[in-house]
Amino acid sequence: MTCPPPAELSSLTLLGFGDCGWGATLLWGFGNSLMIALGAYAIGFCIGVSGAFGKLYGGPVAKDLLAVYTTIVRAVPELVLILILYYAVPALLNQVLLGLGYERINLPQFITGVVVLAVVQGAYQIEVLRGSILAVPQGQIEAARAMGMSPVMLARRITLPLMTSNAIPGLGNLWLNATKDTALLAVIGFTELTKATFQASATTKAFFTFYGAAMALYMAISLVSILLFGRLEKVSRRGQRDARG
Amino acid sequence: MKKLAIAVAVSMMFGTAALAAPLKIGVAAEPYPPFTSPDASGNWVGWEIDFLGAVCKKAALDCVITPTAWDGIIPALTAGQIDVIMSSMSINEEREKSIDFTDKYYNTPTAVMATKGAGILPTPEGLSGKIIGVQVSTIQEAYVQAHFPDAELKSYQTADESYQDLAAGRIDAVVADSIVVADFLKTEPGACCENVGNVVDDPVILGRGVGFGLRKADPLKETLNKAIADVRADGEYDAITKKYFTIDIYGPAN
Repeated sequence: MTCPPPAELSSLTLLGFGDCGWGATLLWGFGNSLMIALGAYAIGFCIGVSGAFGKLYGGPVAKDLLAVYTTIVRAVPELVLILILYYAVPALLNQVLLGLGYERINLPQFITGVVVLAVVQGAYQIEVLRGSILAVPQGQIEAARAMGMSPVMLARRITLPLMTSNAIPGLGNLWLNATKDTALLAVIGFTELTKATFQASATTKAFFTFYGAAMALYMAISLVSILLFGRLEKVSRRGQRDARG
Repeated sequence: MKKLAIAVAVSMMFGTAALAAPLKIGVAAEPYPPFTSPDASGNWVGWEIDFLGAVCKKAALDCVITPTAWDGIIPALTAGQIDVIMSSMSINEEREKSIDFTDKYYNTPTAVMATKGAGILPTPEGLSGKIIGVQVSTIQEAYVQAHFPDAELKSYQTADESYQDLAAGRIDAVVADSIVVADFLKTEPGACCENVGNVVDDPVILGRGVGFGLRKADPLKETLNKAIADVRADGEYDAITKKYFTIDIYGPAN
């Protein structure tokens, strides 16, 4: 494939999908970013829900372990966690595996990315969800217990529906964080949107064009997400009195 | 017909399962033309990529290019994230403490690039008090630290960023591989600058050329060495080199 020098191409050609355009590469990176964010958020949500209930209603050991988890993860920068999980953990794991006579494994960058961000998301979601469970009026829970509901039924009928509307603004914020945290994976060489943009602009020297396009793509995720979470919140607040009276 | 289709599908499944896992070739995830750089559709192209194709074909290996951050490429190899480093990595004693190398497959001198007419010379006196840009964890970085103690060293994540800063006038000179410097000088931003000459060789730091990096005691070393020799012997090496360079980049025989 022979392309003219990038300096002779217009921004539109550079961002396009032709033979000399980087559009497909950028979109591929964008898709990677989105998939990592979605995967991490979904796993983080599972950790968050079970962790929040565990922290409030679990036994002393579970409570302590969860406290250690949320404290450590929220204290260590995501960047450091990514480097630990990508470089330190596999090295350790492989030493153990080789010592036991097994083959070495390697963690694909994609899975590493999803797992690290999920661990981070999980810790923050536990705190958001725990707060919103505590905001459910105690009287409602006592009434449900008085009716003889089992803990599972109580969660399903009372706690979860009432906490949802409290949790959505916080969860929306965490989703926006998740989409932007994917950019940190550029440090392990994973081709998500930021790395794809870097490669495109470093090769063509059209820095403004490509970083502008990347900004627009990140903005697009944020705007669509804000809209969707706004809708969700409205739906979950149906039947509740407006705080403004 | 349906049975046949199932049989084919099953045999294909087992066929691929029987093959060994593909060899992950770690390449620094940033453009390093003309050796390794991504093209507009995200494929990796360059001299090293073509050379790798020839080597893997000779050794009957299934090679997959895995972009990896340069500053973590050795940990990625020892941790097992990749199996081979192919990123214009020079063979030197410092690196041999942690990884193994194959025989060299190219060897080019190190050059100094500076702004046109700045009067900079590739000597300790000529660079005294100047700001020199290098890529982090390279032989060039080690060379500047050892031989140009009076210069101010500025390390960059990628070689490309150091060129950008030289073109922008933030630094006085860049110490880098002579071939890569020549390639940059041909581009539009390269018009700012010139190659002021090669540095005096220091084999201990600058090493013995570029080879594939491997984990210690990996039996792949023999396979790859044989494949490199074969590619050299049957003229394919020269054919690939002619596509990119007007000179022979293999350097003196070891």
